[in-house]
Amino acid sequence: MTDRLPGFNTLAVHAGAAPDAATGARATPIYQTTSFVFDDVDHAASLFGLQAFGNIYSRIGNPTCAVLEERVAALEGGTAALAVASGHAAEFLVFHTLLQPGDEFVAARKLYGGSINQFNHAYKNFGWNVVWADSDDPSSFEAAITPKTKAIFVESIANPGGVIVDLQAISAIAKKHRIPLIVDNTMATPYLIRPFEHGADIIVHSATKFLGGHGNSIGGLIVDGGSFSFAGDDRYPMLSKPRPEYGGMVLGETFGNFGFAIACRVLGLRDLGPALSPFNAFMLLTGIETLPLRMQRHSDNALAVAEHLSNHSKVSWVSYPGLRNDRYHNLAKQYCPKGAGAVFTFGLKGGYEAGVKLVSNLKLFSHLANIGDTRSLIIHPASTTHRQLTDEQKVQAGAGPEVVRLSIGIEDTEDLIDDLNQALDAA
Amino acid sequence: MNHDNYPNDYIRGILQSVKTIALVGASQNPARPSWIVMKYLLDRGYDVIPINPGLAGGELLGKKVYAKLSDVPGPVDMVEIFRNSEAAGPITDEALTLDPLPKVLWMQLSVRNDEAAGRAEAKGVQVVMDRCPKIEFGRLSGEISWQGVNSRMLSAKKPVLAGKGFQKLSLNRPK
Repeated sequence: MTDRLPGFNTLAVHAGAAPDAATGARATPIYQTTSFVFDDVDHAASLFGLQAFGNIYSRIGNPTCAVLEERVAALEGGTAALAVASGHAAEFLVFHTLLQPGDEFVAARKLYGGSINQFNHAYKNFGWNVVWADSDDPSSFEAAITPKTKAIFVESIANPGGVIVDLQAISAIAKKHRIPLIVDNTMATPYLIRPFEHGADIIVHSATKFLGGHGNSIGGLIVDGGSFSFAGDDRYPMLSKPRPEYGGMVLGETFGNFGFAIACRVLGLRDLGPALSPFNAFMLLTGIETLPLRMQRHSDNALAVAEHLSNHSKVSWVSYPGLRNDRYHNLAKQYCPKGAGAVFTFGLKGGYEAGVKLVSNLKLFSHLANIGDTRSLIIHPASTTHRQLTDEQKVQAGAGPEVVRLSIGIEDTEDLIDDLNQALDAA
Repeated sequence: MNHDNYPNDYIRGILQSVKTIALVGASQNPARPSWIVMKYLLDRGYDVIPINPGLAGGELLGKKVYAKLSDVPGPVDMVEIFRNSEAAGPITDEALTLDPLPKVLWMQLSVRNDEAAGRAEAKGVQVVMDRCPKIEFGRLSGEISWQGVNSRMLSAKKPVLAGKGFQKLSLNRPK
């Protein structure tokens, strides 16, 4: 007799969150404390030496954050997770654990703009070198791999929206070259795509977006798939070599298939410090309880709005993989049959001026630089996030003058379409 | 027993019933998994007897070290093998000469020897392979969840404090 595996909806509500051991509190308590008393000197030594499970200091771990970690690990089907201050912090700690100065990683060109900045600029100070590849052409990843390559990084559903990445094809290349595949699963969430089932080794999230889902808290997560064997691999000394910080312990050996998550915590989070606040962890957890309901609604609404816009006289094109004639429709059917997510772009026949007027005329859609809120959001990249780029650079980045990006919320579809209609009429 | 997928009740039953554990391959290096597991099991109230010919006659974590299983005076409930999969064969055979027989033969995470397991099970000895008793105790008690590890356990019942200190949970949570 084996134990039953709970379904996704059940995990979204229960994983990681038993009643509190001390009080019986059923909702996860917000452990708003910096530190935790030790039982005795020996217990303290065991905790600092990574020889016992437990809490020391909330920069390294916190019981509220731990519930969020286990929840997301369970939803993704991973072995363990680590909650951090933001999606950016998640990426930072992952690369800090994998890369040494002078190392390289291959990343898809179509990414969140913040990730592109982090890789192109901030990482230069650490000697970590990004090599860009085309996510529509898996062979371009293989061509970019050198002996210094330590990882591949892609988004499952990619920015600026409406792009589905062929994870299995890219994972086959990663496995052939024995390098871990990191997938940013922010836009899909595990409800739509579970990247470990398609060969990913590590998942990162900006929990700020759909996981939290309510636009109220910044947070990030790293999920260990347990699939990549770091033990004995000299290319990854943080996991395979005796660590002087911990008396010569080899983390990849001691912690088995969740060693990567532990290394991110005890080498990265401990020493670099981007910890998540317990309050934010509580907000994100509350959001995750309704993740399956919200993601289905987001996707259903987005498809209805995309279909409407694709028939609108003022719209020149719509890029949404849920649409039957979209170039990514077959990949969407393969990877995310329940829906293609909430975020997509479309083009206005009226160009730049029409884009500026549209965002000004909308009454329900909020004009701001975020995605993954219950509320519907809009941004006109050419006049905001991509304003500093030349016209040519804007087009290359998918942010030409006519491009508008939507993040569709969970309101009534009819109200969203009505608002877009009145704003387009006036544009 | 299906050694690819142990039911939680099987592992819990073993960890709740054994009291004396002979740990073959004990280490005096606190950074080694075998030292860490011995320390953890002692802290949880198990009587752990370290086995290591190189350290025999000395003490480890306050416990006398023996050179081999047959040197241990008195019965042991469980033999834990902290050696490689090949070495687990002869150690299993040595364990099966003990009188009385141990109730459980446990091979550490990454150690698996199906032939040896078959010989032990033929004599009525319960076998666990490729698992760590510290991780399994942490998973079933709820302690491992503090580290963000996916325990694969859901429960609407309160975890039970071990009664000694704050940060220790017991295996006695209602199922």
